[in-house]
Amino acid sequence: MLDTEAISGSFTPGGPSCDYLFLIAAVPMIAAGVIALLKQPYRKTAATLAIGSLSISLFLSLIAFANVVSGWMQGVATRTVFNFTWFQFGATNVDLGWVLDPLSAIMLVMVSFVGLLIFIYSTGYMKDDENYTRFFCFLSLFAGAMLGVVIANSILLMFMCWELVGLTSYLLIGFWYQKPAAAAAAKKAFLTTRVGDVFFLLGMVWLFSQTGTLLFYNSGAGSMEADALNGLLAQPAAWGLTAAGAIGLLIFAGAAGKSGQFPLHVWLPDAMEGPTPVSALIHAATMVAAGVYLIARVYPLMAAGMPAGGTTVALTVVTWAGAFTAVFAALIAVAQSDIKRILAYSTVSQLGYMMAGLGMGGVAVGMFHLITHAFFKALLFLGAGSVIHGCSGEQDIRKMGGLKSDMPLTFATYAIGMLALCGFPLLFSGFWSKDGILDAALHWSVAKTPFYMLIIGALLTAFYMTRQMVYVFGGHWRGGKPAHENPSVLVAPLWILAFFAVTLSLIGTPAWPCFRAFLDGRAAEFNWDALMESGLLLLMGASTVMVVLGMIFAWRLYGDRSPKPTVPDALEKIAPVAWCLLRDRLYVDELYGVTVIAFYGWWARVADWLDRRVWGGVVGAVAGGFALWARLNRFLDTRVVDGGFDKGCDELAVGGGLLARVQTGRVQTHLRILALAVAAMALMLIWSSRG
Amino acid sequence: MTPLTGYLLVAALLFSIGLAGALVRRNAILVLIGIELMLNAANLNLIAFWRYGPHPELLTGMIFAIFSIAVAAAEAAVGLGLVIQIHRHAKTTDIDQMNRMKG
Repeated sequence: MLDTEAISGSFTPGGPSCDYLFLIAAVPMIAAGVIALLKQPYRKTAATLAIGSLSISLFLSLIAFANVVSGWMQGVATRTVFNFTWFQFGATNVDLGWVLDPLSAIMLVMVSFVGLLIFIYSTGYMKDDENYTRFFCFLSLFAGAMLGVVIANSILLMFMCWELVGLTSYLLIGFWYQKPAAAAAAKKAFLTTRVGDVFFLLGMVWLFSQTGTLLFYNSGAGSMEADALNGLLAQPAAWGLTAAGAIGLLIFAGAAGKSGQFPLHVWLPDAMEGPTPVSALIHAATMVAAGVYLIARVYPLMAAGMPAGGTTVALTVVTWAGAFTAVFAALIAVAQSDIKRILAYSTVSQLGYMMAGLGMGGVAVGMFHLITHAFFKALLFLGAGSVIHGCSGEQDIRKMGGLKSDMPLTFATYAIGMLALCGFPLLFSGFWSKDGILDAALHWSVAKTPFYMLIIGALLTAFYMTRQMVYVFGGHWRGGKPAHENPSVLVAPLWILAFFAVTLSLIGTPAWPCFRAFLDGRAAEFNWDALMESGLLLLMGASTVMVVLGMIFAWRLYGDRSPKPTVPDALEKIAPVAWCLLRDRLYVDELYGVTVIAFYGWWARVADWLDRRVWGGVVGAVAGGFALWARLNRFLDTRVVDGGFDKGCDELAVGGGLLARVQTGRVQTHLRILALAVAAMALMLIWSSRG
Repeated sequence: MTPLTGYLLVAALLFSIGLAGALVRRNAILVLIGIELMLNAANLNLIAFWRYGPHPELLTGMIFAIFSIAVAAAEAAVGLGLVIQIHRHAKTTDIDQMNRMKG
């Protein structure tokens, strides 16, 4: 018998009703539909509808969250589901439903809260764009779909919202579709995530065919519950995997596509072609975290059959993919010069951390980093947006500089976000969430390599973020038009996010791990000694050393030197070859260009040739055959049928002419013939009576 | 008593004269007279066969001949009416001129 309690805590079914939960996703979607009908000049209405609907969602999310928290405070961890049958075919039920448990509650609050801040920020950031209403239509649709992913208790509902989220991501990356780069990036994002989604779909179908249910939780009959998982474990698949492991890997492939894990990360940096609020909301805080959330949601499946102190194949793959991506993307981020691209690679890297955290430490470790990251990465992106807005659209950090004095408010908040991302000790939430992952990596039973990879990643993170800070805010101004600070509609959301980037650390320290306890459905206890444990202190010390080292390296290299864009980068002088490799993103795009894309190009040419020559030839032969047949028919018609008919007509006419000659009109002629006939008959009579 | 053959010969002669008249005469009235002769030849035959038949006491042949004469009278009336109309119309009774009823 599988011990699900060890994996996902113990949850009591029941608890506060969650029938209304669908409204959280439905209200923004309805708002999107209404906005879609508005004409371009109704800008205020569109923004009001979008912000109002998301406020309603936030309000309902807070109610749901409060319900779950109050249950948890009383020591009853609850998981409430609301399921219904969408339709039936044959004996199969297609069920949909939503779930309210700590995981979805906390995610709901995060998505609607960060989303609302970014909506408000967008009213300022997009105020000069003529397609303002369209923007808010897409944003609302995205918010609705994302909240749908969060509440889904049915893998089908999750998949539908997942695809909707992908669609809105495509629409928003390509929002400025007049730019060829934006249109190409949108297409790339859509196609790359589709690769993952195909695997997700396969996993879903397999899971459905094995367990017979689409629901995650359904009072014992859901696919994430013990009965179904035991069935999946007993079912062998190929290469020594159980069905549970194989389905877990397929679903992870889907999550990797959405969350930009290597090798499907290539779309995320290009996605920065979209408007900056979109980058903040979709490609940093929420949508890309959907993959992590998906793994957290199906964690019981991923962890099914885990021996005590061990791990499973699926989780091992998740861990390695995450750890590799974390270092890989951080390395590339070091050599980028576009302010948003640095943040994009940083996002890929941090998503790798989350995946590794899920793989080694369980749901709570990964999810804590997801939540803290959502806040400080949204902060950084909005700060970057503020910088770009202040610098009149400039994105190259080498053409900035000295913004510390020009944009002091943006600088202060950006610094908080940067320190949180680097994991600067004690005060910042990123430190605690990253340490949680490092701690889990240190105690992972399979290998220690991920730990070293992640801690090197921490050093690289500190390095590239310091480099960016120095380039953007330090030194003196190197751009054209002088920069200016932004109005409060752009800056206020930064302060709110900065506040949370710091205070979220309160709920995740080892001394009072209430976030973790909340997700695991256990009571949290305050234990100061846990913080003072020597192993943990050592780990915290090590990660602090790494962060500080990274910062010092970057400071020593870039300092206050304000290098011009024409001057080679400080690192480029030290290691030109490595720098070129990193600047060109380790040639992954080029690799895909000569492998996958070249293959498809070749395949398209083959298909074209087949179409033209083989299928076209067959079609041509058939057509030729019919043409020949038609020609034969025409011959038969004109010559045989028509000819015969004409001949008959001619004969009739000739015969008629001959007969007409008899009709002279002379009575006596008739009479003569009659007389002759009578005479002939009389002769015959006499002749016959004679003998 | 004269044998049947005599009557038949007279009738045949009469028929032939009528037929010749009908075939060779150009005048429509004379053609009609020829036709009347042929009819009377037929009547003569009817009477002759009746008298020499198995039941001369029954008046069958006589009745037959009287019907035939009545029909001939009607036919002559119709024929003469047609000839008069044609004469009014075409100012001629020459039968060769009346050749417009042809195919």
